[in-house]
Amino acid sequence: MSIKRRILKELENESIEILRETAVGFRKPVMMYSIGKDSTVLLHLARKAFYPAAIPFPLLHIDTTWKFKEMITFRDKVVAETNSNLIVHTNQAGVDANINPFTTGISEYTRVMKTVALREALDLHGFDAAIGGSRRDEEKSRAKERIFSVRDPGHRWNPREQRPELWNTYNTRLGPEQTMRVFPISDWTETDIWHYILQEGIEVNPLYFAKERPVVKRGDQLIMVDDDRYPLQDGETPFMKQVRFRTLGCYPLTAAVESNAHTIEDVVEEVLQVKLSERATRLIDGDNEDSMEKKKSEGYF
Amino acid sequence: MSGAIVRLLTCGSVDDGKSTLIGRLLVETDSIPHDTVGAARKVRRTGSTIPAGEIDFSLLTDGLEAEREQGITIDVAYRSMNLLDGKRLIISDAPGHEQYTRNMVVAASRADIALVLVDGVKGVRTQTRRHLTICSLMGVSRVIVAINKLDAVGFDQKVFNEISADISQTIDRLELKDVHIIPLSALSGDNVVYRSENMNWYSGETLIEAIQSWSKPVDLDAQGLMRIQMIARAENFRGVSGTVRRGSFSKGDEVTIFPSKQKAKISSIVTFNQESELAETDSAVTLVLTPEVDATRGDVIAQSAEDLQPSDRLAAHVVWLNEEPLIHSRSYLLVSGATTTPAIVTKIRYKIDVNTGEHISSDALQMNEIGDVEVATDIPVIMRPYTDSREFGNFILVDRLTLKTVGAGMIRHSLRRASNVSHQDYEITKAQRGALKSQKARVIWLTGLSGSGKSTIANALEQRLFASGAHAYVLDGDNLRLGLNMDLGFTPEDRAENVRRVSEVAKLMVDAGLIVITALVSPFEVDRQRAKSIFDDAEFLEVFVDTPVETCRLRDPKGLYKKSAAGEIPNFTGVGQDYEKPSAPDLHLDGTASVADNVEKIIKILL
Repeated sequence: MSIKRRILKELENESIEILRETAVGFRKPVMMYSIGKDSTVLLHLARKAFYPAAIPFPLLHIDTTWKFKEMITFRDKVVAETNSNLIVHTNQAGVDANINPFTTGISEYTRVMKTVALREALDLHGFDAAIGGSRRDEEKSRAKERIFSVRDPGHRWNPREQRPELWNTYNTRLGPEQTMRVFPISDWTETDIWHYILQEGIEVNPLYFAKERPVVKRGDQLIMVDDDRYPLQDGETPFMKQVRFRTLGCYPLTAAVESNAHTIEDVVEEVLQVKLSERATRLIDGDNEDSMEKKKSEGYF
Repeated sequence: MSGAIVRLLTCGSVDDGKSTLIGRLLVETDSIPHDTVGAARKVRRTGSTIPAGEIDFSLLTDGLEAEREQGITIDVAYRSMNLLDGKRLIISDAPGHEQYTRNMVVAASRADIALVLVDGVKGVRTQTRRHLTICSLMGVSRVIVAINKLDAVGFDQKVFNEISADISQTIDRLELKDVHIIPLSALSGDNVVYRSENMNWYSGETLIEAIQSWSKPVDLDAQGLMRIQMIARAENFRGVSGTVRRGSFSKGDEVTIFPSKQKAKISSIVTFNQESELAETDSAVTLVLTPEVDATRGDVIAQSAEDLQPSDRLAAHVVWLNEEPLIHSRSYLLVSGATTTPAIVTKIRYKIDVNTGEHISSDALQMNEIGDVEVATDIPVIMRPYTDSREFGNFILVDRLTLKTVGAGMIRHSLRRASNVSHQDYEITKAQRGALKSQKARVIWLTGLSGSGKSTIANALEQRLFASGAHAYVLDGDNLRLGLNMDLGFTPEDRAENVRRVSEVAKLMVDAGLIVITALVSPFEVDRQRAKSIFDDAEFLEVFVDTPVETCRLRDPKGLYKKSAAGEIPNFTGVGQDYEKPSAPDLHLDGTASVADNVEKIIKILL
């Protein structure tokens, strides 16, 4: 077995063990499904962990109503094919108050439509553990995150009160109103994710592959105009460019990169060469250096 | 166990140049995104002397907001990089100061290699010995001692030789087997990834070579061992899922399931992609056993019938991780693999001075302290000595109230087999004994401050029950301290043991069919909860006699408040020690109400 395969096998083994521990350690777990590559891998790992039984928890998608159209199509297809139980939640109060990525301000938009929406969904269904696809290599404050990470009442993350985590011996106990966030792919890197997708033949969203798409330029970044809600400047018309996306999210906040990568092999090649941290294409993290830690302490994933 | 992923612990402090060393390792192996490296050329710490435009390597590894302001990392951060031979290195970075021993223990628990930094200018310091002690205790396979900052001493071989000689005594004492000592400079990049041109006198490994030359120790004779993590059930399917922790399993193998000692055969090894013939070490698998045996989470499947009898008395090293000290006789939850059981530390034999290895007698363990202890578990657990198996030799202790992980344990050996003392079932049940007396056996646990009226209520209640033909008995705290508990004082440890003994006596009496009334201050919630946990549901009624401390002081039936005010009783509850009010008592009595009323309230819930 090649060294790359062996690394992936070890990562897979650990993730499966964590997923199983979550299934038996909690009353009502849920798995976050954000449609991106990490979620896609997580879903694949969950199918493996419990095979031949079905995945013993539902999937949860927080829909801000601003996701790429192709994400929603893909989501519904995957759910049908894998026979998964999907819950979609939108913060209706936010929609009614016209909270949007343009006039609201990015951090407030993220707080209301993602963080608050997630908290609402967890409370509404009484989930005591939420499994997420975050990786330690994504961002500095995630490098210290535990695999089983306790949230205080109100879903708040207190980095100073995290439980020490030793060996593979996990403490899954929860006090009143505490919940757990679980990160089974903590040790994976972005390249691991792509290599694994390639190795396992997992279908990923077409937005990850280069295609002529209508875009506009905002500063240094190319933004795809996915529907007519996007406010164009006077006299501006979107132009076609061959682009793809490194991460998927709300289309007005997710910059495209120019690319010729048409297959997963091409994408792997590109990821290995570019050497830019992937969140650099996410507009919401750019507010300031520690913005991720602030968002996390409020309950963001 | 393929060892394609290697876990490295870094021990040292910012002053030793640790962040700079890791930063350089990451940059020189091209493991850092280029925009991040770019930022480290621009951003500067206050007081930094590194010229603008050059990389401040130390900026690449620090984490959270507040910590960055202090300029030190105080938690454990994890970072992945690829080694030059294609293997993956996961670096866990922990701070090196003594008050962070627990963080280092956490990081060391999974480490294969430890990188111990020594400042070449300052030489071997106390912290170096502490780091080596922790590496030894936690079973880290290889230790690399990096003698850093040699650029500051002119790359002098003499400095390196002196420090090496100085440290070798400690290495021998700790019986560390695989130690590599490397002279280097993180700042100038000598012997990190690139061989130094300034130290021609050294022909040994560079840091990266010493990391890459490590391979996982393989025991070819190891028999397969797996804990059952969960039972997999689907239509017409029942399997056992878990991670193979030692050896491997093949299709067709005869296996034994412990503790039941049932035998079965592995009829298939199920994976998502296809049926498999082999379940290797570390693989997460699902096994189908024939015949279908009655196995459950926490059971162990073994390839050989080697004796894996569970034990409920263990000798272990414990590292204390919590602000509240470890108290012997107090009940914690012990988690070992898939088994969770209440457990108490029955004895602290001694604590280990982490700097010198000396044994010091102690009856408590403070945070960051390491003790040699004896543990008693309620449920026997299957374990191996930690030095034989990290996976089967570790456990954590969880506080029953806060649910925090408070202790990390490494098994030394079992003190006796649980099977030597086994529970004998009686032919007559407590329900039958109670029925003979036309009553339901219970314990009424009165808790409250000294002077709150517990004994008075207990006596009146017994009289009331006696009059109605019920058989009751009062266990009064003071009376018991004259006999059964005469060896106990009033420290939190002794109070915990006092409550434990009284609850065990009450349990025997309940078993005999009696209604038991206890009158004990029992000030600590955990102790009361543990007392409750040994009884069946609804058998234990916690009654809180709630009397304001001012009233108790005025009553002062035994003159204790007066003595306490005079400083004669240091641990007096409500004065020198806290009383933890029950969070959810079965009955909450107003201690200033009449005794008769309170007795009637208890009678009401007894009916």
